[in-house]
Amino acid sequence: MEVDRTSHELRPMTCELGHLSRSDGSATLTQGDTTVITSMYGPGDVRISKEIIDKATVEVTYRPKIGLPKCSDKLKERLIRNTCETVILSGLHPRTGIDIILQEMQNSGSFLSCCINSACLALLDASIPLKYLIAAVTCCISDKGEITLDPDLKQEKKSVAILTFVFDSKDFNVVTVSTSGSFSNEQFQSCLMACREASKHVITFYRESMLKKLSKSV
Amino acid sequence: MADHVGSLFLPGDLIQNLKESEATKKILLGPGLRQENDLILTSKPGILRFREPNVYWIDSPQKRYVPVKGDAVLGIVTQKMGDVFRVDVGASESATLPYIAFEGATKRNRPDVKVGDIVFARFSVANKDMEAELVCIDKHGRSNGMGVIRDGGFLHHCSINQVRKILNPENVLLKTLGKNMKFETAVGMNGRVWVKGRNINETIAIINALAVSEFMTNEQTLSMCKKLADSLAGF
Repeated sequence: MEVDRTSHELRPMTCELGHLSRSDGSATLTQGDTTVITSMYGPGDVRISKEIIDKATVEVTYRPKIGLPKCSDKLKERLIRNTCETVILSGLHPRTGIDIILQEMQNSGSFLSCCINSACLALLDASIPLKYLIAAVTCCISDKGEITLDPDLKQEKKSVAILTFVFDSKDFNVVTVSTSGSFSNEQFQSCLMACREASKHVITFYRESMLKKLSKSV
Repeated sequence: MADHVGSLFLPGDLIQNLKESEATKKILLGPGLRQENDLILTSKPGILRFREPNVYWIDSPQKRYVPVKGDAVLGIVTQKMGDVFRVDVGASESATLPYIAFEGATKRNRPDVKVGDIVFARFSVANKDMEAELVCIDKHGRSNGMGVIRDGGFLHHCSINQVRKILNPENVLLKTLGKNMKFETAVGMNGRVWVKGRNINETIAIINALAVSEFMTNEQTLSMCKKLADSLAGF
C-alpha cells in the first residue's frame, strides 16, 4: 500500500478494539502496513515475587513474528513498559498485575510507535485508569537532512537517524524519546516540533475509535 | 445541567462547569473521575453521566470486575481454609467468606458448603488495600435470598455492562421472559448470571436470550422474546 503523502503526514491508521474474547482488553492497530495486535489482562492476579505493596505491577511481553524474542526485543519491552507505567494510575489497584502482550504482525517501519499506540488503545479498551493518553510518532532524517514523519522500511533504511517521541495528551509534553543514528541539536528540535504536531492526529484517532466502540454498546 | 453530559471523555480530559448541590456546594465524583488540585479529570474512557442533584460518573465498558462494597456477586467456592471459604468472584484475587456469615450459623452449626458450590453473596469489605470479604446475611442476620445456590441451573458469564443493563428497572428482558416461563435467577454484579428454568430446554432458551440481548433496545428485546416463546411452544 503506497499512498501519496507529503513528508509531514502520518500513514493512514485503522484499528479494531475488543476483538479477542478472553482478554480484558485488546486492540489491533495498523499504521500504513505496520500492524500490531495487543492483548491485555488486568487488574488481575500477580506472582507473589512480583507483587508491589502499593501499586500495580505492569508487565509487557513482546512476541516477534518468527522466532524467540531477542535482546533488542527485551529493550523494546522495557521501553514500552516504562512508558505505559508512567500513564497508568497504578496506585488505584495495589497488589495486582497489569499484563500487556504485544504480537508483531507486520513490521513496515515506525514499528515502536505502532507498538506504543496499540498498547494505549488496548489500555483504553480495558478501561484501565490512566492519567492521560499517550501518542507515539516516529520520524527519520535522510542523508540530505529532510525529515519524514512515520517512515516505512524503505525510508528508514535510507535515513541517517530515526527518532521516536511519545507525547501525553494533556499538554503534549514528551514522555519518552528513543533515537538511533546521529543528528544535530537543531535537527532534534525540528523533529520534536513535527512529531508533536502529528501526535495530535493520533489523539483524534483514539477519540474516533472509542466513539465507534461505545456507539455499539450504549 | 451541563451540556457535556452524555458525551465521550477520554483519560486526562478536563471536565468543567459541573453542577454543585445548592445546599452544600459540593459535587460527588463517581467512578472514572478524579481530582487533581482544583481540576476535575477523567481517568477512564466512557460517557459522562449525571444524576440529580450533584452526582457525576463515567460509564465505561469494562470486562474485568473490581470489587465494590455492597455489590451482590456470584462466586464459586475454591477452597476451605479453617474458618473461611475462599471464593472466586472474577476479581484480581479471591474473596473470603467466613462460615459464620450464613443465616443460622454458629460455631457448632457450620453451613453445608462444598468446594465448587456457587454462592450468592454481598461484599462487606471491598478495599483496594485489603482482601475482599463476603457475607451471606443482611444486617438483621437473615439470608435475604443469599447463600449457596443448589439444585442445578446454569451459570452464565457475561460482560459487566450487560449485568447493569439487566438490572436497570427500565429494561424489559427479565419481565418479558417471566411472562412466558417460570424461572429462578440470580444476577451478580461481577458479570455472572445464574438461571434455572422448569427444564433444561427453558434454561438454555433463557441463557440464549440473555446472551443475544446485550446490544438490543427494549423494542428489539420484546420481539426477540416473542419469537423465543413461539419457538418454545412449538410453532
